[in-house]
This record gives sequence, C-alpha cells and structure tokens, in this order.
Amino acid sequence: MRDRPNSLEELEKIPSTTVFNARRSREAYHLHKFCMTLMEEAKREEFKQNEKEYLDRFLMSEDQKQAVLDRDFTRLIELGGNIYFLVKLSNTDGWSTVKAVSSMTGMTPDEYAAMMLAGGRTPDQD
Amino acid sequence: MATITAGIATSHIPAMGAAFDLGKTREDYWKPVFDGYEWVKKWITDEKPDVVILCYNDHTSSMMLDIVPTFAIGFAEEFKPADEGWGARQVPIVPGFPELAGHITEQLIIDEFDITIMNDIDVDHGLTVPLSLVFGKVDAWPVRVIPIAFNTTQFSTPSGNRCFSLGEAIADAVESFPQDLNVQIWGTGGMSHQLLGHRAGLINPEFDNAFLDRIADYPSELRKITRLEYIQKAGTEGIELIMWLAMRGALGEKVEEL
Repeated sequence: MRDRPNSLEELEKIPSTTVFNARRSREAYHLHKFCMTLMEEAKREEFKQNEKEYLDRFLMSEDQKQAVLDRDFTRLIELGGNIYFLVKLSNTDGWSTVKAVSSMTGMTPDEYAAMMLAGGRTPDQD
Repeated sequence: MATITAGIATSHIPAMGAAFDLGKTREDYWKPVFDGYEWVKKWITDEKPDVVILCYNDHTSSMMLDIVPTFAIGFAEEFKPADEGWGARQVPIVPGFPELAGHITEQLIIDEFDITIMNDIDVDHGLTVPLSLVFGKVDAWPVRVIPIAFNTTQFSTPSGNRCFSLGEAIADAVESFPQDLNVQIWGTGGMSHQLLGHRAGLINPEFDNAFLDRIADYPSELRKITRLEYIQKAGTEGIELIMWLAMRGALGEKVEEL
C-alpha cells in the first residue's frame, strides 16, 4: 500500500468528535433530505403543523424521526446526522446556533456563550 | 491578460452575516470584529478588482449530498443568496462570470484538476458573508464572482496540500485568459472551531496563530498539515483552513503581507 498521511481509523479516535464520513452520510441521507426541505418557508410551516406526519413522508429510521421530534442533536449526530443539515432544523425552530450547538455539550446556551467569550474550549479538554 | 493581484483570507461565520443584516455591527459585542474589517474595506475601494474567485464551502445549502464533488465551480451568470432555514439574506444577487469560469474549468481539467461544473447554484453564507464584510452594504456587488466550492462536509475532504496545488493551477488558468482583468482570490472559512459533540466550542489560539505566522512566508509548512491534525487541533470545522491554502497557492511564491 502507498504511504498515507493517516489512517481512516485514526479519525474515529478523536475524543468527543464524530467525523462525518461516507458511511454516516449514507445512513443519514433521508434525514438530511428532510432537513433540506426546511429551506422553504411553506415547508417549514407544514412541518410545524404536524411534525410526525411530515417526518413520515421521508425514508428515515424511526430512531431518526424520534430524535428530530426530541430535538436531540447528540442522538442525531450518533444516527449519522451532519451539523450543517441539522442547523436547518434549529433555524426552523428559531434557535440560535449557540443553542443548537450547546445542547450537545451539557451546558446551557448562556454557559456555552460564556465559555466562548472566555476563549472557548482547549483541544485537550473533553 | 488577467492576473491575480491579491488574496484575502477571512472567516465567513453566519453569525456575522446576521449581525450585519440586523444592523448590529456597532454594538459592543460585535464592534471589535467589524472594526477589524475597516482597513480592508478602504483598501478594496482602491484596488477595484474586476473579479473575485471566492473559495468557500457550501454548508449543505445548495449542495445536498446527492452528489459530492471535491471541487466545484460556479458557472452561471448570477447566483442567488440561499435560504438556509431563516429566509435568504437580503443582499444583492451575486453576478457570475461564465466566460472566465469556463476558461478556468477547461484549463484546470487539462491540468488534471477534475473540477465539477455547477450551472445552477444558490450561494450561502460561506460566499455572501465575506462579500458583505469586505464591500459593506451595497445595492449591487462591485465585482463579478466565481464561486469555487470545496467539499469540507463529508470526509475525506481534499487535503490542504491538494488545495494549495489547485490554487497554483487556478493562477495559471487566470494568467492564460486573454482579457485584461484584475482578479483577486479569497480563501474563506473559520480557523479552529468545532460545532458538534461534547467538544463543541473548541478554539486553539496556538494553532491559529502558528497558521497565521506561516501563511505569508512559510506556506510549505502548512501544506503538510493532515486532515487528522486539523480535526485534532483545530476541530471538525477547522478543516475550512484548507481553503485559505488554495488562496495562498494562487498568489505564487513571494507575497507581501498587507
């Protein structure tokens, strides 16, 4: 085999980090199809009116649908989700990106914002 | 002859776009960062580029992962700002430059960079926020823009080294375009940051400052940074720095830092 700068396996070993790779991209393809529809105002309204019914139109797993209903971003990432798609959901809810991102850290949005103003998290801090 | 005369590296963070659009740039929280752009805003009015080749990544706004091109070039007469879930930014439609984009595309593929053509694409904050930061509030953008979208969403992304080489090839392609044009290339995207998982909020000033210290005069050191190192040290989204390397590659060996 030719020299490679790093193995794919190493990308899986970074603490508290999920690298969005080809497998996850496929696993979440239909979840992401749903997220993409939220880029239209009319669809956002349709979704808000009956979330479950709206989600049932997509070939998502039941776990993915439940995690959307729960707005459980940590779970959505575990189920293959990518943050760029998922923020379309939090944007639809009128959440700030801070609220969406902080929800994965166990901090409140205010605590998270305070951490960022103080310089953020260091790479070795889990 | 068309020539790349200058490059800009800048963040394209959507929150700055929102602050800009909502008129918050003079508020205490935002003022320091927007003040940082005052110099470049004056500078660009003297430079008057005809074209900006804008290296950015689409945040799955127009590029659903139906197709995942590593490098893609915007080939239309104009590009509309994308609705990213809260309505499109109220900024001017971005004028394209299909003649030059077509020339660059053909030349790049001859040079073995197999870039994908995008005939129909809306542009998201990755492209419109840098335009706002540099040109301010305008009724029409004073330049034509050639968007070059880099895949930084799905791994494996291109390497920084590959992006640098692409930048070199873009410069060669521009130089062989017969029309006299003042062309700039912008590399956009955040330095260290991470938006997911328990590690969200990562900021690594040592990494970022080391990158800044080297980008003008020692870019060959930056070309060696692997994807793994970017994620380890600069977070999952810190990989956007590869687009700064494309910009730097296009500027040639010696640059003057302004």
